This record gives sequence, C-alpha cells and structure tokens, in this order.
Amino acid sequence: MTVATIFIDNAPREVNPKQNLLHVCLSLGYDLPYFCWHPALGSVGACRQCAVKQFRNEQDATGKIVMACMTPAAEGTRISIADPEVVAFRAGVIQGLMQNHPHDCPVCDEGGECHLQDMTVMTGHRQRVYSFGKRTFRNQYLGPLVNHEMNRCIQCQRCVRFYREYAGGHDLNAFHLRDSIFYGRHEDGVLESEFSGNLVEICPTGVFTDATLKHHYSRKWDLQMAPSICVHCGLGCNITAGERYGTLRRVVNRYNHEVNGYFLCDRGRFGYEFVESSLRIRHPLVDGKPATRSEALERFGAVLRKGAVIGVGSPRASLESNFALRALAGPDHFFAGVPDEESRLISAMVRILRDGPARSPSLDEVEHSDAVFVLGEDLTNVAPIMALRLRQSVRQAPMRLAAGLHIPEWLDHAVRETVQDAKGPLFIASPYATKLDDIATATYHASPDDLARLGFAIAHAIDATAPEVIALSPELETMAAKIAAALRGAQHPLVVAGASCRNRGVIEAAGQIAWALCKVGSPASLSFTMPECNSFGLALMEAPPLSEALRTVRSEPVSTLIVLENDLFRRAPANEVTSLLRGVQHLIVLDHLGNPTTDAAELVLPAGTFAESDGTLVNNEGRAQRFFQVLNPSTDVQESWRWLHEVSVAAGSKSMERWEDLDDLTATIAKEIAAFGALPKVAPPRSAVGKIAREPSRYSGRTAMLANISVHEPRPPQDPDSSLAFSMESGPGPVPSSLIPFFWAPGWNSVQAVNKFQSEIGGALRGGDPGVRLIEPSRESVWQYFSAIPPAFKSRSGEWLLIPVFHIFGSEELSRHAQGISQLLPRPYLALNPAEASLVGAKAGGRIKILIEDSQFELEIMLRADLPRGVAGLPAGLPPFDGIQLPLFCKLASVGTEFSARGVL
Amino acid sequence: MSAVTNTIFSPELAARFDKLVTLYPVKRSALIPMLLYAQDEVGYVSDAVVHEIAQRLDLFELDVRNVLSYYSMLRTKPAGKYNVQVCTNISCMLRGGYEILDHCKAKLGIGHKEVTADKLFSLEEVECIGACCWAPAMQVNYDFHEDLTPAKVDQILDDYAAGRGKDVK
Ligand code: SF4
Ligand code: SF4
Ligand code: FES
Ligand code: FES
Repeated sequence: MTVATIFIDNAPREVNPKQNLLHVCLSLGYDLPYFCWHPALGSVGACRQCAVKQFRNEQDATGKIVMACMTPAAEGTRISIADPEVVAFRAGVIQGLMQNHPHDCPVCDEGGECHLQDMTVMTGHRQRVYSFGKRTFRNQYLGPLVNHEMNRCIQCQRCVRFYREYAGGHDLNAFHLRDSIFYGRHEDGVLESEFSGNLVEICPTGVFTDATLKHHYSRKWDLQMAPSICVHCGLGCNITAGERYGTLRRVVNRYNHEVNGYFLCDRGRFGYEFVESSLRIRHPLVDGKPATRSEALERFGAVLRKGAVIGVGSPRASLESNFALRALAGPDHFFAGVPDEESRLISAMVRILRDGPARSPSLDEVEHSDAVFVLGEDLTNVAPIMALRLRQSVRQAPMRLAAGLHIPEWLDHAVRETVQDAKGPLFIASPYATKLDDIATATYHASPDDLARLGFAIAHAIDATAPEVIALSPELETMAAKIAAALRGAQHPLVVAGASCRNRGVIEAAGQIAWALCKVGSPASLSFTMPECNSFGLALMEAPPLSEALRTVRSEPVSTLIVLENDLFRRAPANEVTSLLRGVQHLIVLDHLGNPTTDAAELVLPAGTFAESDGTLVNNEGRAQRFFQVLNPSTDVQESWRWLHEVSVAAGSKSMERWEDLDDLTATIAKEIAAFGALPKVAPPRSAVGKIAREPSRYSGRTAMLANISVHEPRPPQDPDSSLAFSMESGPGPVPSSLIPFFWAPGWNSVQAVNKFQSEIGGALRGGDPGVRLIEPSRESVWQYFSAIPPAFKSRSGEWLLIPVFHIFGSEELSRHAQGISQLLPRPYLALNPAEASLVGAKAGGRIKILIEDSQFELEIMLRADLPRGVAGLPAGLPPFDGIQLPLFCKLASVGTEFSARGVL
Repeated sequence: MSAVTNTIFSPELAARFDKLVTLYPVKRSALIPMLLYAQDEVGYVSDAVVHEIAQRLDLFELDVRNVLSYYSMLRTKPAGKYNVQVCTNISCMLRGGYEILDHCKAKLGIGHKEVTADKLFSLEEVECIGACCWAPAMQVNYDFHEDLTPAKVDQILDDYAAGRGKDVK
C-alpha cells in the first residue's frame, strides 16, 4: 500500500491515500462524528456531520469547511478537526437534527447503544433552543422482526442505501420531501428482504429496532455478552449473543472482515429465539419423565456398563461434542448423523477442495471476485450472506470504469452514476429461479443432471483436455462458451456450488470448471456451500454415514445407541429410523429441542445450545471458529461433550479422563485427528489470557438481581473453559480478536464501536480476524479431471423428479422454532410448472395428491413457470416431509383419484 | 410497442406514452413527464394511474410513489376544475402575496389544498412560480395572472366561475 502524509491539526500522519479523510481519521483513532457514511456503503455527503477545516498550505490561516467523507486523503492535505469554527459547525448540525428528534431516549430501544446519542455527546451539543412543535409520522407495521418508529429519523439515507442499493431490496424507500421525508414501505407489511434485520444496525437512531428483542427487552449495557457463531447455515457468520436474567435476549453482528463483515441475514439474527422455545429441553428425561441429574447419570452409567455402544453424531453439533461421542463409542462405532448421499456429497466437496488446485475463498474474497458462476444453488435461501456478498461482486468489474475516471471507490453516488446499471459477469444455473437472478448476466434453469452437463461443458470450453459433453444442444454449447470466456477473462473468477441439488455431477462439474481455470493459469477459487453449521467439521472426522449405523445394528449385537443433537427422523425415512431404533435396547439422546427422536428415547439429556456452551464449528470455507458460552444456565443444561465426559468417567471409562475442560479437549482432538491439528489455535487457551468480562462496566443490578433468592451476593459462576468471565471485571491487557465479547469503546456505545477494534476501518480486526483455516489445496497435483458426465435428463411420463426448494425461513431446523421467524414460514406446498399442471388437473392454490415412495400426501399447489419440465419442487426441511431424502421420482394425481400401479396418466 | 394494455388513458395519451418510453436510455426516465401528463388528463394521480405507469415502466408501484410523493405539484386527490395556486414566496410575499391568498380563502370559502363543494375551484399556496417580476402572482391551471390586487382576483375568479376564463391545460 502506498502511504500519503497528511497533516491533522498540524501533526503529520501517514494514511492510505486511496481513502477519504473521514476513513483515515477514524482509522487513526480520532473521534470524528458522522452519520451518512458507512464503511460498507461509502460516502454520499448527505448529513454534513463529518465537517473538518481544510487549508491550502501552511500559510493559509483561513481554510474552508469541507466534508471529511467527501474529500480524498491526498498527499499533503492539511486539515483541522479541532478548529473552533468547525467544532461549532458540527455542533450546529446536531442541533439542527435535534429540532425534530423526539425527547424519548429513556423509552427508545436504541438508547444506550445509539450512534446519534454518541455523536451528540461527541459534538458537545447539549441545549435545545427550539421550542416549537416537532414533525411527527405514522409508523408502519413491518413484520415480526423489525420495528418502525419514524419520528426518530435524522434523514441520513443509510437505510434506503443499504436496503436497496446494497442488498437489492425493493420494498423500502424514501417518500415525500423536506421536513416530512419518510422512510418505509408504500404500505404496512412484512419487509421482504432476507437482510432486513441489518436495518437495526445500519440505522444510526431508533427508527429501526429489533422487534424480537422488544418481547424481552434489555439495554445493551445490561446484557452479558460473548462471542459466538451463527448456527443456522454453513457460513459461520460471527455473532455477539446477549443474555440477561438467564435468558438469551438477542443476537447482533460481530464483525469479522473475512466472514460476515458488517452484516447478518435475518435467519441468523432472529433465529436465536429457538433457545427459549417452548420445546426446549432443560432437564433430563428418563423414560419420558423428568428426572434429576443424578438419576440421569446413574441410568446412563448403568447402560454404558453393558458395553456395545454406538454413537451417531451431528453436523449441527460442535467438533468437541462430536469428538466426545466418538471417544465414548470408539472411532469404529461412531457414525456421522447424515444421510448417505449427503455424506458422500460433502466428502466429495472436501476432497475436491483438498486435492485440486482451486482454493476455497473467504466470504470477503467472494465479494471481490469479478466473474462468478453459481451452479445449482439458491444462495439467498441456503447461504444468505454469500448471496449478499455476490451482490457486491457484480460491481467489481464495472468499478474499473469509475477507476478509469479517477473516481475513488468510496465516492458512492459518483461511482453509481458512472456505472449506471452495468454489472459484472454473474451466471446462475439452478433448478429454479433464485432471488439473485435479477443481477445475473444470464440464467439457466434445468434439472440437476442438465446443470451438471452445462458445468462440464464450461470446463471443456476453458480447457479442451477436460472431457467433452456429448450431445449438448447448440444453445447450451453457446452458453457454455460465453460463461467460459467470462471466467477466463476475469482476474478473480469464482465458481460456487454445493449439495443443495443433492447431485454429485453438479459438485464435480463445479470442481472441474475451477480446475480447468487453474490449469490455464487463472487464479480461480471454488466455494461450496454446506448444509449445516458444522457439516464441514463432521466430514473432516470421516465417520461413516447413517446407513452404516443401521448395518452395524443388524450385524452385531448393539445394546445402546447415543444420538448427539440430531433428529434422525429428518435424516432418513421414518421406517429406516424406526428399524434402527428397534435394533437397540437403549436409546440415549442429547439435544436442545424436543423432536421425534427425543420422544423415542429412554434417556434425554439437556444439551446446551450455542448460548450455553463452548465449542468449535467449521464453516464452508474450512475455517474453524469458536463460540463461547453466553449464559450460565441455572438448570441442568450443559455442553454435550461435558455430559459425555462426565458419564464416561462415572462409568469407569479411562479414555476420557485425560480431559476436563475445553483446552484439554481441543488439545486431545488435535493430537488424535490430523485434520484438526490447528484446533487449539482457533482461540487462545484460558491460561494465555487474563480475565475478560462478559458484562459491560455499566452492567446494573449485579448485587440485586438475585436478591429474591438470597440477599448475599453470590460468587459469580466460574468458567473453566475460557478466559471470559461471568463478571464486570476484566484483567489488564488487550483482548484477542476471537474473544471480544462485545464492541464498546469510551464514547462509542453503538455497534459502530467496532471502528476502535479494526486495524484499518473496514479491514481486519486488530491481531487478525478470528478463525483458522483447516484445509488448503494440496501442493502436489494429485487431481484428475472427472469423466463421469451424466446423460441429459429425460422426463418420465407420469412421474416428476422431486427436488428441494429452499426457504430462508423454514428449511433450517432450529430457526423454525424461533418465535418471530415461526410467523413467516411457508405452508407446505408442491411446486409445478404451469404447463404441466394441467396434465394432472392442477390449479394454483388448489390441492393435489402426491405419492412419494409408499407414502401419500395431499398438498397445496404452487405454480412456478421457472421449474423445468418433469421436475416438481417441495419445500426443503419442512415437516411433514423433512425425512424424505430428495431428489426422487414421485407420482401426482388430482384429489379424489387413486394411484394406479403405473402412475395415473 | 408497450405490452401494457391501456386501461385508463385516452388513445392519444397512450400513444404519447408509448413514444416517451423510447426516448431515454432507460425507460424509468419517462416517469416524471408521464405522471404530469396523466395528472393533466385524469385530474390527479390516482391509484390506477400509479399502477399502470409502474407497468409501463417496469417499476414497482413503490418506486412510482417514491417519486410522486416528492413533487408537490403532483397530487393524489382530485383538484377543482380550476386549481388556483397563489404564490407566497419572497417576491410575492413582499408585494402582498399573503393578502391575495387570504382573499382567495375568504372568497372561495376553502383553505390550502381544499376544493369547493361544487368542485369548481381548488386552492393551493405554492412556492415561487417564476413570475417574480410581476409579483404578486398566481396560476390557475397553467394560466398566469400577475400584479394582483384583491379586486383583480375577484374579477378573475368571477370570469372562471362564469366560464369566461382561459382554461389552459
Ligand atoms: S430511518 Fe434511520 S437510517 Fe433511515 S434515514 Fe432515518 S435515521 Fe437514517
Ligand atoms: S448467512 Fe448463515 S451463518 Fe450467516 S447469519 Fe445467515 S444463517 Fe447465520
Ligand atoms: S458522514 Fe460525511 S456528510 Fe455524512
Ligand atoms: S416569488 Fe412569487 S413568483 Fe417568484
């Protein structure tokens, strides 16, 4: 990076000349107030809050007031932040905003973490002189997730810029003018964007606040907080979770430059409510009845002593818990709790990333790709933040236009004016239309096999030594050539795929394209989405899939099956699960929420969710990230790994005695499984760091909150697993980035306090972003092109290929039970192409009978013209068919007809 | 040309719209003139107008309303047959614009943005209409009246009421 020297109040400072003055001043640690600028959105100069005085040269004593966010930090620039005139100017801007701003901080949800409060204090404005009426508005109902309170608006425009320009939403805008400018929808209604929750953080005031928090409100300063990881998809966005009085209150973004940056999706932000769901298991159950901890342990021990144990792990449980079960059951008797096909697909993805030359990019690298091909994925619903990152990637190529005109990247409106509607290459080939299609250069909707064929054809078009696809239609040939050319012409091409189509060809084709690009000398990256938060980590354990568990039960005497944080009825058809459960004498389940598997168990142990445990998850990049306990449950809830450790020690097993706490455990895992060698480095061990307070220094009620139980203030609970303390007191010394419990700095109470933790604004956290990559491409070229190209899909008469259709709300198991999100779930439906619907007499909104394997369902019909012929869609992961392993062929009939043996047509 | 079926506009206006959308690199640039012409023909920008213009320009209704609500000369409720717009901006104010406005209010018996019971007149207080040299001024539909005095206003309004006023649209 080149460096420029500028003078701030006569002091020479070295800065990044590619940035604006506001950016560099904040990076240097100056407190310069601002509203409309945001590091992810750039500058528009709308609020006039960031004024500084600029001087022509050393002799210039007059200077002129300029907006820091709109002025480049060019070599030799001389500015003053402290000049009395500019100080008065900034206070004046706040005074102007305050004319209309209500006097309602005490009842405002934003209070205590409000950027407007912080900036008001920072400018020194403290007295209102305006005594007339204030402008008022009618608020809108925006759905169960985001609350609207328009009187607090300061017209900074950030909400609309984020929602529309950054996140591609359509249903939020600015209306009216002058002092009646209104930000909202054109009528009341649920916000349609999957990223609407970010308004809560992007709005510097209390206009948009977290509507779920409202049900159990607490001030930020009263929350006990800890660094955590989102468990609702495979991307592993970093979150900060907050607790008070023993309940989880909310989740906010935890900045990680490489992963989620400044944003979360609504599933990740509002899914946390499942922790307090009425299905929550908080005490052990023995034979379906509540039991004490010691009764449960006794029963567990008795069962264990009989031996012959098998364990089924889970892609939504931590590495530590999976490993503990593996240690208890023995590596030969530990099975990944995922269906065979999914297990094979994930292993294939991991192998492709390890063997081939194409590297898995971080999400930040995804955003900076300048040509992208998405194969078979509905990213907005499967890996939402990746979709948001890709929305920015299409700006990369056109941005060069602006660069050519010497318009800096941060000068947002000028860049958008230059670029207009130009978008960089993004091609999407998916089984049905996705929300990203609106920014795609071209799209192709086809059955999974046909998608794979297009992929292989692109690889062949890039490198002729890659196998050719036989009998490809001329249109696809052209499309493949076009996509190949776009990828080859890019500086940072990216291929995205995943397991959503449940099709091996799709995954291999994606690998093939990336490899072909690497072979012809392009630095291609390859990103696979993962179905769940620890799918990648579980795959690295290389445990056999679920069917092997069934085989074992059939072939050897098995006394006990232990299921870890997994509802088997979602993993396999009910009859298979039932025969597995019948094959054992004892079923022990550790989980958070009641489900059909816990219903069938002899012993259920209350397993800690991410909020009550410590552990490590591996995201789709292969990045291991640690989450930390937020609250100390007063019930029997604890980490699954701790339950398993306790019981095995109690039962006299020697294998687990060696570890007592998290650091012992991660060290053991690192020693035993080579892939996890770096696990202890994911966060510093407890011994290496002093105490870090989970509670802010203004935390209230510490001495009084338990007074109804005892007037003596109890000793705070101890945390044996990390340096984080259930206390307000921190030791001296800096906090490592992986252990930052919340972002706060003196004078910076809002989330924007993150400014004070970054090496450069918008860049890495000081000391490096949290997380350790566990895999890198092999250095030897061990890879070979795949040659198994599937034949073209042929629709079968009277049968439809049933594929999963993903929903951000509904397809994921846990967030479905969050109170707010549960109001937004789709109703079960069957999606059909209208051209084919008439064949079975189906009409939109009508009902249809569907025969899947041996089960019949009756479902509402949804017509989707984007579905390929011969293909029908079923919402993924939604009961009652969450156990059916798609894709498979089904038969359809109008309600009232019977299925004949050969179908109905 | 446009695949939208014309539901509410005259054939002439529909043809004009079809042409308008071809004049700009992006269709949405035609939004403001379309809103104005539609208002002139329909009398105001009704929900049906918003809907059809959105379709013609491939916009969301929300985007149309976003622009519509910004411009004070676009209205979403019917005006009178003669929309009387009295300027009270600086030049007119100095030369008696407020008296003219008050006079209109008294004479028509209506306030700002209101319509007379017979729907003949509506009244609006507006910002500078570019007739400062002849302040105080007012505009009735698209017709200008300058150097106003209360007596002159009486005459003008009587002429319109009697159907003698110019009716420039
Ligand atoms: S609602 Fe919030 S983000 Fe939007 S303009 Fe107002 S203050 Fe800014
Ligand atoms: S994108 Fe995935 S990991 Fe990120 S917040 Fe959403 S659900 Fe969580
Ligand atoms: S932050 Fe610079 S003008 Fe708003
Ligand atoms: S001030 Fe009235 S016309 Fe200009």
